[in-house]
Amino acid sequence: MTTTTDTHVPVRPRPRLRRADRGVLSRTAVTLKYLSLLLASAVVVVPLVVVLLTSLKTESEVANGGPLSLPGDWFNFANYGTAFEQGAMLTAFGNTMLILVVSTAGTVLIGSMSAYAIDRFRFRAKKLVMGGFLLATLVPSVTTQVATFQVIDELGAFNTHWAPILLYTGTDIVSIYIFLQFIRSIPTSLDEAARIDGANSWTIYWKIILPMLRPAVATVVIVKGIAIYNDFYVPFLYMPDPELGTISTALFRFKGPFGAHWETICAGTILVIVPTLIVFLALQRFIYSGFAAGSTK
Amino acid sequence: MTSAQKTRAAQPAAGRRGGSPPESAAGRPPAGRRRRTAALTPWLFLAAPLTLLVMFTYIPVADMIGYSLTDWDGISPTRSYVGGENYTDLVTRPARFEVFLVSGFYLAASFVQIALALYFATVLSFNTRFRNLFKGLLFFPYLINGVAVGFVFLYFFQPDGTLDTLLRLFGVEGEHLWLGDPDLANPSLAGVSVWRFMGLNMVLFLGAIQSIPPHLYEAAALDGANRWQQFRHIIVPGIKPVISLSFILAVSGSLAVFEIPYIMTGGANGTETFVIQTVKLAFQFDKVGLASASAVVLLILIVLITWVQRRLIPEERVELS
Repeated sequence: MTTTTDTHVPVRPRPRLRRADRGVLSRTAVTLKYLSLLLASAVVVVPLVVVLLTSLKTESEVANGGPLSLPGDWFNFANYGTAFEQGAMLTAFGNTMLILVVSTAGTVLIGSMSAYAIDRFRFRAKKLVMGGFLLATLVPSVTTQVATFQVIDELGAFNTHWAPILLYTGTDIVSIYIFLQFIRSIPTSLDEAARIDGANSWTIYWKIILPMLRPAVATVVIVKGIAIYNDFYVPFLYMPDPELGTISTALFRFKGPFGAHWETICAGTILVIVPTLIVFLALQRFIYSGFAAGSTK
Repeated sequence: MTSAQKTRAAQPAAGRRGGSPPESAAGRPPAGRRRRTAALTPWLFLAAPLTLLVMFTYIPVADMIGYSLTDWDGISPTRSYVGGENYTDLVTRPARFEVFLVSGFYLAASFVQIALALYFATVLSFNTRFRNLFKGLLFFPYLINGVAVGFVFLYFFQPDGTLDTLLRLFGVEGEHLWLGDPDLANPSLAGVSVWRFMGLNMVLFLGAIQSIPPHLYEAAALDGANRWQQFRHIIVPGIKPVISLSFILAVSGSLAVFEIPYIMTGGANGTETFVIQTVKLAFQFDKVGLASASAVVLLILIVLITWVQRRLIPEERVELS
């Protein structure tokens, strides 16, 4: 581009040319950047907005108008009523919340207790225990369902709330790792001080370690809570009883009776998405860091 | 517990820090018993976790290998040992291998997904207006319930539905059976998977990019490096571990696809995946033996891939949080 004879100041002649070049170049680059972001956002939003629009339409509007047409009455919530009542969504939300709260609490306890035992005690077979947990992370639960099903069946937990609760609590090894990573940053001098005061191990765990683990607990609760709310596989396989429907399975059952009634199906879909949206807006920062921590460990 | 609290309350606050070891040990049980309880304590904390671990991971894996050598139907009390018959059945019937071709679509899609995620993560890591809005919009699909995603796209892909209408705006005429035509069904479903999971990859990449020390960019900018050069020589090497992790997860993820195709097509029109096939074998056709063999094959594949990953990527990976 430019011939620089003076090797001592090779930078000087460049910027002038470059700057002019860059002016045009960077303006196109910026335009392209925002165009691509807008396009991607449209790809994300359009399918969802269409479902929202459809959920507000009447049956004949859906039948006669195109999918992109606007609803006649923007406050037509009749479909939501139908979806909520006939789709047994209230029971589904109840079941999901029950399973979610119990399993999340279980996961936090199991994970933090394991981490406490592994990090704060020296005992034989510690390596074996660690290896046992590590090896289990290799086994994707989706592959073992055929046999897990028999275990659940023999426990008598099939078609009860216990099946998902046990499975969510018992197969979450990632959370043990999150706790393990975090517990290492809690100084052992705290435990020692309490032990000198006469506190036993349980007191130390319950009164010192668990409260100090609060950020890790938040991560696990968020990641786990969202995973349970969204899980379809486990409730579908283990709780076929319609009375035990969760959000996912109840919505899945819309497929049959509401076959061609897209306005009702869309209303049900929106009903399921709205709580997620609210949680996301309220906890954005925690969610980003939670998933970053959860999926790379 | 109560006695512990009492001792604690009785001790003067000053004694906590200054208390000499022999003094504080005075109130404790004799050394022998203490050692025994001390050896037992970790096991008390591990009892529940280990029980669950064995019950829901190791027993199923062992059982599954056992079932895979029998002709069990899942219900009857009797089962007979058939040796490796289920495995030969799996290997010799070419129809069973079509599911791997389906995985190929998801694998290809996940490469697209990683490329898109890298692009958007890079763009969003530089100064961009409405950065958080875009980040949130692109990430949100990952949080949506799988069944809801399935329904959203069942509607989107309807013949003469949203996608066809949109295409018409751009001059592409016609009704397409996006999910009914075997040639289109798998790419459509794989597209849904990109829509759903791209945001997660993006957020992971973005987190890694932000942990690159900013002075590197400043130095590069002083040297006259443009954005592409910064991307090529700073960002990519800086987040390489996360990128390779994503590729490995893409491979094992594309083998374990279940939700989206099951909800949207039920595995019809050539969209059956390995997991759908296994679930159908086990729970619809009562061929638990055969299903177990097939699950064992999948398990071995995934374990192999993950093992390769652990070997390739050093333990100290990335601190994202």
